[in-house]
Amino acid sequence: MHRFLWKGIIRDRSRSLLPVLVVTIGVFAVVFSYGYIQGMLDNMIRTTADFQTGHLKVVTRAYLENEEQKPNDLALLGVDTLQKKLTEEFPEVEWTPRIFFGGLLDIPDSNGETKAQGPVSGTAYDLLSPGSHEARRIGLQQSLVAGHVIQQSNEIIISYDFADRYQVRPGDTVTFFGSTMYGSMSFANYTVAGIVRFGIGQLDRGAVILDISDARLLLDMDNATGELFGFLPGGLYNKEQAEHVKESFNRQYTDVTDEYAPVMVQLADQDFMGQMLAYMDIVSLAMVILLVFALAIVLWNAGILSGIRRYNEFGVRLAMGEEKKHIYRTLLVESLFIGIIGSAIGTALGISLCYYLQDHGIDYSAMMDSVNMMIDPVIHARVTPELYFIGFIPGVLSMLIGSALAGTAVYKRNTAMLFKELD
Amino acid sequence: MRKLIVLLFIIAFTVSVSAQDAEQIIQEVDKNISAKSQIAESTMTVPGKRNSRTMTAKSYTIGDEKSFTEYLSPPREKGTKMLKLDKEMWVYSPSTDRTIMISGHMLRQSVMGSDLSYEDMMEDRKLTEMYTPSLAGEETIEGRKCYVITLTAKVNDVAYHSQKMWVDTERFVPLKQELYAKSGQLLKQIRLSDIKRIQNRWFPMKMVYQDMLKDGKGTEYNITHIEFDKDIPANVFSKASLKQ
Repeated sequence: MHRFLWKGIIRDRSRSLLPVLVVTIGVFAVVFSYGYIQGMLDNMIRTTADFQTGHLKVVTRAYLENEEQKPNDLALLGVDTLQKKLTEEFPEVEWTPRIFFGGLLDIPDSNGETKAQGPVSGTAYDLLSPGSHEARRIGLQQSLVAGHVIQQSNEIIISYDFADRYQVRPGDTVTFFGSTMYGSMSFANYTVAGIVRFGIGQLDRGAVILDISDARLLLDMDNATGELFGFLPGGLYNKEQAEHVKESFNRQYTDVTDEYAPVMVQLADQDFMGQMLAYMDIVSLAMVILLVFALAIVLWNAGILSGIRRYNEFGVRLAMGEEKKHIYRTLLVESLFIGIIGSAIGTALGISLCYYLQDHGIDYSAMMDSVNMMIDPVIHARVTPELYFIGFIPGVLSMLIGSALAGTAVYKRNTAMLFKELD
Repeated sequence: MRKLIVLLFIIAFTVSVSAQDAEQIIQEVDKNISAKSQIAESTMTVPGKRNSRTMTAKSYTIGDEKSFTEYLSPPREKGTKMLKLDKEMWVYSPSTDRTIMISGHMLRQSVMGSDLSYEDMMEDRKLTEMYTPSLAGEETIEGRKCYVITLTAKVNDVAYHSQKMWVDTERFVPLKQELYAKSGQLLKQIRLSDIKRIQNRWFPMKMVYQDMLKDGKGTEYNITHIEFDKDIPANVFSKASLKQ
């Protein structure tokens, strides 16, 4: 019987084309949207983790309370020992210090007096230690517009917007003016090594980059750091793994009352990332539910139209003695075939486009100049195992539900009236 | 009707006397605090979250237009110099051999992590030039009877729109000041003490500045030595002297 139904679907295209198209488009939309949202989410997580939060982060309790101010006077001290301890306890995690600081960057004229100056927000990365992955992690080399990455002490990298506004070029000497972690004035001259454009508005407006050793000298933070970032293996964030590391570290300090005791937080705890991740989960679920609901209504309607068109066929089949139950069952099997065909095509198309955009991405930089989010303007899709069923199952289900609803009309036919109807 | 006219006359007279009194009080304060020139040595103690820092400095001032300060200790600050000429300010750092101009919003930033801003350090004008005073009453501070004077800015280029000042009724020295923004928000509080008689004037040798927008314990500013109306060579107040 299945073979008979299959032939019916293939030969009578007017019976299958519209439902297949509807299911294909719906499934394609879900698969592609899900893959693209996953890519966008990945982008946001990766960019936020690489630049702002790490997958894990160790700070002092006092620092955490005022974290938005980046209070270096509350920084972690004795970082070498802490970093060694963390590496021993969690060898799979890569630990690296980061210092965030602010101040004034002063550009001198030929007489050494202020030609121009502007406020900057700086980040110090461990760029010069052998084996450090920091430059690669933040894509320093790829973001260079001019000059080179930091290769030695007393070099600074400045953002493109700042360099453009104040006419600074690689090789120029600039003076940083700020305050140390103890509040003293801090001054240092640096040679501009390179100019970068990350394509992330928040970083490109007035950012400077220093090597951590220079920042420690500048800010009087010997063996200290504002934050100690942790990155999970492969640079991939895993909420459960991060939570496990965080809990086992913090358990050691539950009895300590010192406000400068270290405390670990994970990415989901910071900068509303937890809410963002939960929100994206809800959006994905809502998309699937919406697809099933919308497609079921459309296919119910298509099934009714098809039922009207096949009114005579069902009448003849009933007149020939075929049971209503059997006709209804064949309708469902037929819709199952159509659902599988449409869902398979929709899934294949959706995954293909996701694969393409996984490699190429779409560049939104022209629209993101004023966006204050940590997100790479080139957004790629991501192909995940979920894509293979996230649209397929709802596609088949919606077709079945639609046909099941429309097919109930078969039971309303009165056998005694059939020949009169067929006249 | 006659009674009403008399009453109005008395009120008007009282207000006028009160304003005149407040003006006179502030003039007396200016006589004590302001000078043609000043040479002062001072210490500034800034309590930090983890430790306190004490800096020593020597300052030269002429009127409200020129000021030169050199930090003498601790080693990290030693040799740092500040020059103020009229409304402009420069900082010299010996470690970079650079002279940096401080302007715009930077003037509102804290000096060396203290509760004083660059703007506070630059403001040397006489109170009578900047504010319209009014007498708000009398109170006792640290056992000393004080006039409470409300000062409202009469010029635009002042750091604080209004002040409340408690002035010692005998010595005409402020013992407490509250500095307010135009919105009425209290920005800073200064407590002045250790009043000494120096060259025929009363002068507070200890000032504790408290930035009310910060969570700190306040900055203690002590004058260890001060001389008034001394001749200061003009070349002290030049950018060249920053590098010397």
